[in-house]
Amino acid sequence: MPLDASDLGAIWLTVKLASLTTLILLVLGTPIAWWLARTRSWLRGPVGAVVALPLVLPPTVIGFYLLIALGPHGWLGQATQALGLGSVVFSFTGLVIGSVIYSMPFVVQPLQNAFGAIGQRPLEVAATLRASPWDTFVHVVLPLARPGFVTASILGFAHTVGEFGVVLMIGGNIPDKTRVVSVQIFDHVEAMEYSQAHWLAGAMLVFSFLVLLLLYAGRRGKAGWS
Amino acid sequence: MTGSIVARLELARDDFTLDVDLLLPGRGISALFGHSGSGKTSCLRCLAGLERAASAYIEINGEVWEDSASGYFQAPHLRPVGYVFQEASLFPHLSVRSNLEFGWRRIAPGERKVSLDQACQLLGIGHLLARRPATLSGGEAQRVGIARALLSSPRLLLMDEPLAALDGPRKREILPYLERLHDELEIPLVYVSHAQDEVARLADHLVLLEQGQAVASGPIGETLARLDLSLAQGEDAGVVFEGLVVGHDPHYDLLDLRLPGSSAPLLRIAHPAHVMGSTLRVKVQARDVSLALAADSASSILNRLPVRVRESRPADNPAHVLVSLDAGGNALLARITRYSADQLGLHPGQALFAQIKSVALLG
Repeated sequence: MPLDASDLGAIWLTVKLASLTTLILLVLGTPIAWWLARTRSWLRGPVGAVVALPLVLPPTVIGFYLLIALGPHGWLGQATQALGLGSVVFSFTGLVIGSVIYSMPFVVQPLQNAFGAIGQRPLEVAATLRASPWDTFVHVVLPLARPGFVTASILGFAHTVGEFGVVLMIGGNIPDKTRVVSVQIFDHVEAMEYSQAHWLAGAMLVFSFLVLLLLYAGRRGKAGWS
Repeated sequence: MTGSIVARLELARDDFTLDVDLLLPGRGISALFGHSGSGKTSCLRCLAGLERAASAYIEINGEVWEDSASGYFQAPHLRPVGYVFQEASLFPHLSVRSNLEFGWRRIAPGERKVSLDQACQLLGIGHLLARRPATLSGGEAQRVGIARALLSSPRLLLMDEPLAALDGPRKREILPYLERLHDELEIPLVYVSHAQDEVARLADHLVLLEQGQAVASGPIGETLARLDLSLAQGEDAGVVFEGLVVGHDPHYDLLDLRLPGSSAPLLRIAHPAHVMGSTLRVKVQARDVSLALAADSASSILNRLPVRVRESRPADNPAHVLVSLDAGGNALLARITRYSADQLGLHPGQALFAQIKSVALLG
């Protein structure tokens, strides 16, 4: 077996982290994307820019600020302590919070594009057919935006799997708690265990390629709004 | 007011102001006619609540839907309207059947006045139920769109140029269905169009919109015949009549139509026998009407009506004049040369004979 127990633990932790992050992002990102796609408020620009920040910032910068904010003296850290959650730095919860922020644009932007592409007309049609706004969202917007949700989920998951800097900054390197695959590879390389690094790195490469293949192959022949 | 549609709307956009005070009959087809940018679609959208006017009062057959004075605005999904858009706008993720049932499912069973079977039969779409919208032709899709609107049992039907996106043959495919709606449904229909032929064929009441103002509103026959409106100037200018079928000459295959009004004359048109007592809508174009001092029977002209001159006005070119005539209580328009008018010594009150070269049967 080329992968040892700590490798498998890292893979399992990575899958758990990416799944949970994607799920949270779909829940949080949907209203944000809907608002961004439809609002005419001046806040649209600033909010859009904040959501997109992780696209351009070095992960270490995000990780650094999160570390400060979530730390025992940071405002978020004070809040989690006041709520009795203790400190979330160097814990799986901290990783999830960091990942959610880090992968936010990869979920919000496909959703925003999908919502934008639907346009005003289907919503108006639904309203003239007695559907309330919520009814319209569930029965018209969500089905029409399905390709956007698929893209958002794949990108959110894959991008979380690929993170390194943020994890290292706020998660550290604790086996089965915060040591994800990318960190594990770093450890192997540090320890000159190139063969094990090869296996994990190769697995990541194949996984990433398959994900993107799925994404681009699935883009063809989508039914549009007529 | 019961039995009518009241819409007072004031709406200002960057490049456009709408300011209308409409009173439309609570049944039949009312057409909002005008060029693009005249505000007809905005009127319709305000009626449906899709657009909110700065100042608005909307009352449909006694029910107030919007009253900005008291801050009342009924949300669009709470208004019992059926809206047909220019493009069919079917939901692409649903089958034709699910599209049709979308509104139908969302109203209380007790309020469903139209069944799926009825709507399918009325619009000839029963064979399309299992299809996806993407596989329908433009005409089929629009028929489904109309049926979908009907199935929500609206108390007001709104149609925004439902034929404008279709080519000639597809238009001719749908027009008969719209006429059936007119004949078989009790629901008032407000129909937006910039096509004079559609309006002449379908409308009972005509509102002429120009730059956000309603410059005329009245029964179709009278409004089309008004010389002070731009309608009388066009190439297609003419009047429409609802003719009562009163006889048929089987030898020559000519149908006799009596125009409305007690002393109204008969029109004869080349047409096979038709149900006696039914009405047919016919159009007489101004350019097909010539005037004579005497009833000259020695010509191939079939219809010769005694008329009285109401007034005349210059046409849009210096060679012609437009003459408004009274034919037994029915308005008739003639477009003749200014030379002929002078030869006839045309003046208001003058008794003449109108020779009608052709009468077009609408629908």
